[in-house]
Amino acid sequence: MSEATDAPAGKISEAGEAARHESEKHPEFLAHHFETPHQQFAAGKLGVWIFLLTEILFFSGLFCAYTVYRANHPEIFVYAHQFLDKNLGALNTAILIFSSFTMALAVRSAQLNRQRALVICLAITLLCALGFLGVKYVEYQQKWQHGLLWASRYNPSEHGENHAAEEAGGSAADTPAGEGSLAAGSSAERQSAEHAGNVPRNVGLFFSIYFVMTGLHGLHVLGGMGAIVWLIGRAARGAFSAEYFGPVDYVGLYWHLVDLIWIFLFPLLYLIH
Amino acid sequence: MTGQTQSPSGLHGTVHVVPLRVLVGVFLALLALTFVTVAATWVDWGQWNLAIALGIATVKAALVALYFMHLRYDHPFNALIFVVGLVFLALFLAITTLDTQQYQPEIDAAVEAAMEEAR
Repeated sequence: MSEATDAPAGKISEAGEAARHESEKHPEFLAHHFETPHQQFAAGKLGVWIFLLTEILFFSGLFCAYTVYRANHPEIFVYAHQFLDKNLGALNTAILIFSSFTMALAVRSAQLNRQRALVICLAITLLCALGFLGVKYVEYQQKWQHGLLWASRYNPSEHGENHAAEEAGGSAADTPAGEGSLAAGSSAERQSAEHAGNVPRNVGLFFSIYFVMTGLHGLHVLGGMGAIVWLIGRAARGAFSAEYFGPVDYVGLYWHLVDLIWIFLFPLLYLIH
Repeated sequence: MTGQTQSPSGLHGTVHVVPLRVLVGVFLALLALTFVTVAATWVDWGQWNLAIALGIATVKAALVALYFMHLRYDHPFNALIFVVGLVFLALFLAITTLDTQQYQPEIDAAVEAAMEEAR
Protein backbone atom coordinates (compact mmCIF):
# COMPACT_ATOMS: atom_id res chain seq x y z
CA MET A 1 0.00 0.00 0.00
CA SER A 2 2.66 2.48 1.08
CA GLU A 3 4.72 1.73 -2.01
CA ALA A 4 1.67 2.07 -4.19
CA THR A 5 0.16 5.32 -2.99
CA ASP A 6 1.93 7.44 -0.42
CA ALA A 7 5.59 7.53 -1.26
CA PRO A 8 7.25 10.41 0.59
CA ALA A 9 7.62 13.62 -1.42
CA GLY A 10 11.42 13.57 -1.32
CA LYS A 11 11.53 10.13 -2.82
CA ILE A 12 9.25 11.20 -5.66
CA SER A 13 11.47 14.08 -6.78
CA GLU A 14 14.52 11.85 -6.44
CA ALA A 15 12.93 9.16 -8.55
CA GLY A 16 11.67 11.77 -11.01
CA GLU A 17 15.22 13.08 -11.34
CA ALA A 18 16.46 9.57 -11.98
CA ALA A 19 13.72 9.02 -14.56
CA ARG A 20 14.71 12.22 -16.41
CA HIS A 21 18.34 11.19 -16.40
CA GLU A 22 17.55 7.93 -18.12
CA SER A 23 14.48 9.00 -20.06
CA GLU A 24 15.70 7.03 -23.06
CA LYS A 25 15.55 3.97 -20.81
CA HIS A 26 11.97 4.66 -19.62
CA PRO A 27 10.19 1.37 -20.35
CA GLU A 28 7.31 1.44 -22.79
CA PHE A 29 4.99 -0.54 -20.51
CA LEU A 30 5.31 1.93 -17.62
CA ALA A 31 2.32 4.29 -17.51
CA HIS A 32 3.43 7.92 -17.17
CA HIS A 33 1.74 8.40 -13.77
CA PHE A 34 3.88 5.70 -12.11
CA GLU A 35 7.42 6.25 -10.89
CA THR A 36 8.64 2.67 -11.15
CA PRO A 37 7.41 -0.59 -12.67
CA HIS A 38 7.20 -1.97 -9.17
CA GLN A 39 4.88 0.82 -8.07
CA GLN A 40 2.71 0.19 -11.13
CA PHE A 41 2.60 -3.54 -10.34
CA ALA A 42 1.75 -3.03 -6.64
CA ALA A 43 -1.01 -0.55 -7.52
CA GLY A 44 -2.45 -2.94 -10.11
CA LYS A 45 -2.47 -5.79 -7.62
CA LEU A 46 -4.17 -3.63 -5.00
CA GLY A 47 -6.84 -2.77 -7.56
CA VAL A 48 -7.40 -6.43 -8.46
CA TRP A 49 -7.68 -7.41 -4.79
CA ILE A 50 -10.32 -4.73 -4.22
CA PHE A 51 -12.19 -6.10 -7.25
CA LEU A 52 -11.92 -9.63 -5.80
CA LEU A 53 -13.36 -8.27 -2.53
CA THR A 54 -16.45 -7.03 -4.41
CA GLU A 55 -16.67 -10.46 -6.08
CA ILE A 56 -16.66 -12.21 -2.69
CA LEU A 57 -19.46 -9.93 -1.51
CA PHE A 58 -21.33 -10.45 -4.81
CA PHE A 59 -21.32 -14.23 -4.30
CA SER A 60 -21.97 -13.90 -0.57
CA GLY A 61 -25.55 -12.86 -1.35
CA LEU A 62 -26.07 -16.27 -2.97
CA PHE A 63 -24.27 -18.11 -0.18
CA CYS A 64 -26.58 -16.27 2.21
CA ALA A 65 -29.69 -17.44 0.31
CA TYR A 66 -28.27 -20.97 0.41
CA THR A 67 -27.68 -20.76 4.17
CA VAL A 68 -31.17 -19.46 4.92
CA TYR A 69 -32.93 -22.09 2.81
CA ARG A 70 -30.77 -24.95 4.00
CA ALA A 71 -31.12 -23.96 7.66
CA ASN A 72 -34.91 -23.79 7.38
CA HIS A 73 -35.57 -26.61 4.91
CA PRO A 74 -32.79 -29.18 5.24
CA GLU A 75 -35.10 -31.94 3.94
CA ILE A 76 -35.29 -30.25 0.50
CA PHE A 77 -31.49 -30.27 0.20
CA VAL A 78 -31.09 -33.84 1.39
CA TYR A 79 -33.77 -34.98 -1.04
CA ALA A 80 -32.78 -32.91 -4.09
CA HIS A 81 -29.00 -33.24 -4.09
CA GLN A 82 -29.29 -36.87 -5.23
CA PHE A 83 -30.19 -35.56 -8.70
CA LEU A 84 -26.73 -34.00 -9.04
CA ASP A 85 -23.95 -36.25 -10.30
CA LYS A 86 -21.16 -36.36 -7.70
CA ASN A 87 -18.70 -37.81 -10.21
CA LEU A 88 -19.24 -35.03 -12.73
CA GLY A 89 -18.94 -32.49 -9.91
CA ALA A 90 -15.66 -34.05 -8.73
CA LEU A 91 -14.40 -34.17 -12.33
CA ASN A 92 -15.13 -30.46 -12.74
CA THR A 93 -13.41 -29.72 -9.43
CA ALA A 94 -10.29 -31.54 -10.65
CA ILE A 95 -10.40 -29.74 -14.01
CA LEU A 96 -10.67 -26.35 -12.32
CA ILE A 97 -7.88 -27.13 -9.84
CA PHE A 98 -5.65 -28.21 -12.71
CA SER A 99 -6.45 -25.00 -14.61
CA SER A 100 -5.54 -22.99 -11.51
CA PHE A 101 -2.25 -24.88 -11.38
CA THR A 102 -1.47 -24.13 -15.05
CA MET A 103 -2.44 -20.49 -14.45
CA ALA A 104 0.04 -20.31 -11.56
CA LEU A 105 2.64 -21.89 -13.88
CA ALA A 106 1.81 -19.24 -16.51
CA VAL A 107 2.54 -16.46 -14.01
CA ARG A 108 5.77 -18.20 -13.07
CA SER A 109 6.76 -18.59 -16.73
CA ALA A 110 6.21 -14.87 -17.31
CA GLN A 111 8.26 -14.02 -14.21
CA LEU A 112 11.11 -16.18 -15.55
CA ASN A 113 10.85 -14.77 -19.08
CA ARG A 114 9.81 -18.09 -20.63
CA GLN A 115 7.68 -16.88 -23.52
CA ARG A 116 6.79 -20.25 -25.05
CA ALA A 117 5.89 -21.82 -21.70
CA LEU A 118 3.70 -18.79 -20.92
CA VAL A 119 1.62 -19.21 -24.08
CA ILE A 120 1.38 -23.00 -23.60
CA CYS A 121 0.26 -22.68 -19.95
CA LEU A 122 -2.34 -20.06 -20.84
CA ALA A 123 -3.64 -22.24 -23.68
CA ILE A 124 -3.97 -25.26 -21.35
CA THR A 125 -5.82 -23.09 -18.84
CA LEU A 126 -8.20 -21.99 -21.58
CA LEU A 127 -8.82 -25.59 -22.66
CA CYS A 128 -9.57 -26.59 -19.05
CA ALA A 129 -12.09 -23.73 -18.80
CA LEU A 130 -13.72 -25.01 -21.98
CA GLY A 131 -13.77 -28.55 -20.54
CA PHE A 132 -15.37 -27.27 -17.35
CA LEU A 133 -18.16 -25.58 -19.29
CA GLY A 134 -18.56 -28.71 -21.42
CA VAL A 135 -19.17 -30.87 -18.33
CA LYS A 136 -21.51 -28.16 -17.01
CA TYR A 137 -23.43 -28.31 -20.31
CA VAL A 138 -23.88 -32.08 -19.96
CA GLU A 139 -25.16 -31.61 -16.40
CA TYR A 140 -27.56 -28.79 -17.34
CA GLN A 141 -28.89 -30.82 -20.24
CA GLN A 142 -29.66 -33.74 -17.91
CA LYS A 143 -31.57 -31.41 -15.59
CA TRP A 144 -33.41 -29.89 -18.54
CA GLN A 145 -34.47 -33.25 -19.92
CA HIS A 146 -35.81 -34.35 -16.56
CA GLY A 147 -37.58 -31.08 -15.81
CA LEU A 148 -35.35 -30.49 -12.82
CA LEU A 149 -35.44 -26.73 -13.25
CA TRP A 150 -35.79 -23.67 -11.05
CA ALA A 151 -38.85 -23.35 -8.83
CA SER A 152 -41.32 -21.85 -11.30
CA ARG A 153 -40.46 -24.42 -14.00
CA TYR A 154 -39.82 -27.42 -11.77
CA ASN A 155 -41.91 -30.21 -13.25
CA PRO A 156 -40.08 -33.52 -13.19
CA SER A 157 -42.94 -35.98 -13.81
CA GLU A 158 -44.25 -34.31 -16.97
CA HIS A 159 -40.77 -34.01 -18.44
CA GLY A 160 -39.98 -37.54 -17.39
CA GLU A 161 -42.60 -38.84 -19.81
CA ASN A 162 -41.44 -36.50 -22.56
CA HIS A 163 -37.92 -37.66 -21.99
CA ALA A 164 -38.93 -41.29 -22.42
CA ALA A 165 -40.48 -40.38 -25.76
CA GLU A 166 -37.40 -38.41 -26.78
CA GLU A 167 -35.14 -41.27 -25.89
CA ALA A 168 -37.23 -43.55 -28.11
CA GLY A 169 -36.67 -40.94 -30.82
CA GLY A 170 -32.95 -41.48 -30.46
CA SER A 171 -31.79 -38.18 -28.94
CA ALA A 172 -30.04 -39.98 -26.09
CA ALA A 173 -26.87 -40.13 -28.18
CA ASP A 174 -25.63 -36.73 -27.00
CA THR A 175 -25.43 -37.73 -23.33
CA PRO A 176 -22.89 -40.10 -21.84
CA ALA A 177 -24.44 -43.49 -21.17
CA GLY A 178 -23.43 -43.75 -17.51
CA GLU A 179 -24.80 -40.40 -16.46
CA GLY A 180 -27.93 -40.83 -18.60
CA SER A 181 -28.92 -44.12 -17.08
CA LEU A 182 -28.06 -42.92 -13.58
CA ALA A 183 -30.25 -39.84 -13.89
CA ALA A 184 -33.04 -41.86 -15.45
CA GLY A 185 -32.81 -44.37 -12.62
CA SER A 186 -32.99 -41.73 -9.92
CA SER A 187 -35.84 -40.07 -11.77
CA ALA A 188 -37.83 -43.30 -11.63
CA GLU A 189 -36.95 -43.64 -7.97
CA ARG A 190 -38.12 -40.11 -7.45
CA GLN A 191 -41.47 -40.75 -9.07
CA SER A 192 -42.09 -43.84 -6.98
CA ALA A 193 -41.12 -41.85 -3.90
CA GLU A 194 -43.61 -39.19 -4.96
CA HIS A 195 -46.37 -41.77 -5.10
CA ALA A 196 -45.42 -42.87 -1.62
CA GLY A 197 -45.73 -39.24 -0.49
CA ASN A 198 -42.15 -38.86 0.76
CA VAL A 199 -41.26 -35.89 -1.40
CA PRO A 200 -40.80 -32.62 0.50
CA ARG A 201 -42.64 -29.56 -0.76
CA ASN A 202 -40.90 -26.88 -2.86
CA VAL A 203 -38.03 -29.04 -4.10
CA GLY A 204 -37.71 -26.56 -6.98
CA LEU A 205 -36.14 -24.11 -4.51
CA PHE A 206 -33.01 -26.25 -4.45
CA PHE A 207 -32.76 -26.09 -8.22
CA SER A 208 -33.32 -22.32 -8.20
CA ILE A 209 -30.32 -22.00 -5.90
CA TYR A 210 -28.33 -24.56 -7.88
CA PHE A 211 -28.87 -22.85 -11.22
CA VAL A 212 -28.23 -19.32 -9.96
CA MET A 213 -25.06 -20.26 -8.08
CA THR A 214 -23.53 -22.50 -10.75
CA GLY A 215 -24.84 -20.20 -13.50
CA LEU A 216 -23.20 -17.10 -12.04
CA HIS A 217 -20.03 -19.10 -11.49
CA GLY A 218 -20.21 -20.32 -15.11
CA LEU A 219 -20.49 -16.72 -16.33
CA HIS A 220 -17.35 -15.94 -14.36
CA VAL A 221 -15.57 -18.84 -16.07
CA LEU A 222 -16.74 -17.43 -19.42
CA GLY A 223 -15.44 -13.98 -18.48
CA GLY A 224 -12.13 -15.48 -17.38
CA MET A 225 -11.84 -17.26 -20.73
CA GLY A 226 -12.23 -13.91 -22.50
CA ALA A 227 -9.45 -12.46 -20.34
CA ILE A 228 -7.19 -15.47 -21.02
CA VAL A 229 -7.74 -15.17 -24.79
CA TRP A 230 -6.66 -11.53 -24.51
CA LEU A 231 -3.57 -12.60 -22.55
CA ILE A 232 -2.67 -15.27 -25.12
CA GLY A 233 -2.90 -12.69 -27.89
CA ARG A 234 -0.57 -10.31 -26.06
CA ALA A 235 1.78 -13.09 -24.91
CA ALA A 236 2.10 -14.39 -28.48
CA ARG A 237 3.24 -10.91 -29.54
CA GLY A 238 5.84 -11.00 -26.75
CA ALA A 239 4.24 -8.28 -24.61
CA PHE A 240 5.16 -9.92 -21.30
CA SER A 241 8.56 -10.46 -19.75
CA ALA A 242 10.29 -10.76 -16.41
CA GLU A 243 10.14 -6.93 -16.32
CA TYR A 244 6.43 -6.67 -17.10
CA PHE A 245 3.89 -9.39 -16.33
CA GLY A 246 1.24 -7.50 -14.31
CA PRO A 247 -1.76 -8.43 -16.48
CA VAL A 248 -0.88 -12.15 -16.34
CA ASP A 249 -0.77 -11.95 -12.55
CA TYR A 250 -4.03 -9.95 -12.34
CA VAL A 251 -6.01 -12.37 -14.53
CA GLY A 252 -4.40 -15.22 -12.59
CA LEU A 253 -5.70 -13.84 -9.29
CA TYR A 254 -9.20 -13.57 -10.75
CA TRP A 255 -8.98 -17.11 -12.12
CA HIS A 256 -7.90 -18.50 -8.73
CA LEU A 257 -10.87 -16.77 -7.08
CA VAL A 258 -13.23 -18.46 -9.56
CA ASP A 259 -11.59 -21.76 -8.58
CA LEU A 260 -11.90 -20.90 -4.90
CA ILE A 261 -15.65 -20.24 -5.19
CA TRP A 262 -16.13 -23.58 -6.94
CA ILE A 263 -14.21 -25.30 -4.12
CA PHE A 264 -17.08 -24.26 -1.84
CA LEU A 265 -19.92 -24.77 -4.34
CA PHE A 266 -18.92 -28.41 -4.92
CA PRO A 267 -19.44 -29.75 -1.36
CA LEU A 268 -22.38 -27.41 -0.66
CA LEU A 269 -24.39 -28.54 -3.70
CA TYR A 270 -23.14 -32.02 -4.61
CA LEU A 271 -21.97 -33.60 -1.36
CA ILE A 272 -24.97 -33.20 0.92
CA HIS A 273 -25.76 -36.31 2.92
CA MET B 1 7.09 -8.93 -1.33
CA THR B 2 10.75 -8.06 -1.53
CA GLY B 3 10.31 -4.39 -2.30
CA GLN B 4 13.80 -3.37 -1.24
CA THR B 5 15.56 -4.19 -4.48
CA GLN B 6 13.53 -1.99 -6.83
CA SER B 7 14.97 -2.00 -10.30
CA PRO B 8 14.14 1.15 -12.27
CA SER B 9 13.73 -0.62 -15.60
CA GLY B 10 11.39 -3.48 -14.68
CA LEU B 11 10.03 -5.93 -12.17
CA HIS B 12 12.89 -8.38 -12.41
CA GLY B 13 14.17 -9.31 -8.96
CA THR B 14 11.44 -7.34 -7.15
CA VAL B 15 8.76 -10.05 -7.03
CA HIS B 16 8.80 -13.46 -5.40
CA VAL B 17 8.75 -16.40 -7.81
CA VAL B 18 7.01 -19.40 -6.25
CA PRO B 19 9.25 -22.49 -6.56
CA LEU B 20 7.97 -25.14 -8.96
CA ARG B 21 7.93 -27.90 -6.36
CA VAL B 22 5.71 -25.75 -4.10
CA LEU B 23 3.20 -25.27 -6.94
CA VAL B 24 3.22 -28.98 -7.79
CA GLY B 25 2.87 -29.88 -4.10
CA VAL B 26 -0.11 -27.56 -3.67
CA PHE B 27 -1.74 -28.95 -6.82
CA LEU B 28 -1.34 -32.55 -5.61
CA ALA B 29 -2.62 -31.62 -2.14
CA LEU B 30 -5.71 -30.01 -3.69
CA LEU B 31 -6.41 -33.13 -5.77
CA ALA B 32 -5.95 -35.37 -2.72
CA LEU B 33 -8.30 -33.20 -0.63
CA THR B 34 -10.90 -33.32 -3.42
CA PHE B 35 -10.76 -37.11 -3.25
CA VAL B 36 -10.97 -37.02 0.57
CA THR B 37 -14.04 -34.77 0.53
CA VAL B 38 -15.82 -37.13 -1.91
CA ALA B 39 -14.69 -40.19 0.08
CA ALA B 40 -16.01 -38.58 3.29
CA THR B 41 -19.55 -38.87 1.89
CA TRP B 42 -19.25 -42.68 1.80
CA VAL B 43 -19.55 -42.67 5.59
CA ASP B 44 -22.34 -40.97 7.51
CA TRP B 45 -20.76 -38.75 10.18
CA GLY B 46 -24.15 -37.55 11.38
CA GLN B 47 -24.19 -33.91 12.36
CA TRP B 48 -20.50 -33.58 11.40
CA ASN B 49 -21.15 -34.13 7.67
CA LEU B 50 -21.42 -30.43 6.83
CA ALA B 51 -18.57 -29.42 9.15
CA ILE B 52 -16.20 -31.97 7.58
CA ALA B 53 -17.11 -30.92 4.02
CA LEU B 54 -16.68 -27.22 4.80
CA GLY B 55 -13.50 -27.84 6.80
CA ILE B 56 -11.84 -29.59 3.85
CA ALA B 57 -13.08 -26.86 1.48
CA THR B 58 -11.57 -24.22 3.77
CA VAL B 59 -8.18 -25.95 3.80
CA LYS B 60 -8.29 -26.15 -0.01
CA ALA B 61 -9.27 -22.48 -0.27
CA ALA B 62 -6.42 -21.54 2.07
CA LEU B 63 -3.91 -23.44 -0.10
CA VAL B 64 -5.17 -21.66 -3.23
CA ALA B 65 -5.08 -18.23 -1.56
CA LEU B 66 -1.67 -18.65 0.12
CA TYR B 67 0.29 -20.22 -2.76
CA PHE B 68 -1.54 -19.86 -6.09
CA MET B 69 -2.65 -16.31 -5.20
CA HIS B 70 0.76 -15.55 -3.63
CA LEU B 71 -0.77 -14.15 -0.44
CA ARG B 72 1.92 -15.83 1.64
CA TYR B 73 4.64 -13.86 -0.14
CA ASP B 74 2.64 -10.76 -1.04
CA HIS B 75 2.33 -7.36 0.62
CA PRO B 76 0.20 -8.00 3.76
CA PHE B 77 -2.26 -5.28 2.78
CA ASN B 78 -3.61 -7.49 -0.04
CA ALA B 79 -4.17 -10.31 2.47
CA LEU B 80 -5.94 -7.82 4.73
CA ILE B 81 -8.38 -6.95 1.92
CA PHE B 82 -9.11 -10.65 1.41
CA VAL B 83 -9.65 -11.24 5.15
CA VAL B 84 -11.93 -8.19 5.37
CA GLY B 85 -14.05 -9.77 2.62
CA LEU B 86 -14.32 -13.00 4.62
CA VAL B 87 -15.21 -11.08 7.82
CA PHE B 88 -18.05 -9.28 6.06
CA LEU B 89 -19.22 -12.59 4.53
CA ALA B 90 -19.32 -14.09 8.04
CA LEU B 91 -21.21 -11.08 9.44
CA PHE B 92 -23.68 -11.23 6.56
CA LEU B 93 -24.39 -14.96 7.07
CA ALA B 94 -24.46 -14.81 10.89
CA ILE B 95 -26.84 -11.87 11.22
CA THR B 96 -29.19 -13.18 8.51
CA THR B 97 -29.23 -16.60 10.16
CA LEU B 98 -30.09 -15.08 13.53
CA ASP B 99 -32.91 -13.13 11.93
CA THR B 100 -34.39 -16.02 9.98
CA GLN B 101 -34.31 -18.30 13.02
CA GLN B 102 -36.22 -15.66 14.93
CA TYR B 103 -39.13 -15.62 12.47
CA GLN B 104 -39.16 -19.05 10.85
CA PRO B 105 -41.39 -20.71 13.50
CA GLU B 106 -44.08 -18.09 12.91
CA ILE B 107 -43.79 -18.55 9.13
CA ASP B 108 -44.06 -22.33 9.49
CA ALA B 109 -47.12 -21.98 11.73
CA ALA B 110 -48.79 -19.63 9.23
CA VAL B 111 -48.07 -22.04 6.34
CA GLU B 112 -49.50 -24.96 8.32
CA ALA B 113 -52.63 -22.97 9.12
CA ALA B 114 -53.08 -22.02 5.47
CA MET B 115 -52.65 -25.67 4.43
CA GLU B 116 -55.27 -26.73 6.98
CA GLU B 117 -57.68 -24.14 5.64
CA ALA B 118 -57.12 -25.27 2.04
CA ARG B 119 -58.00 -28.82 3.03
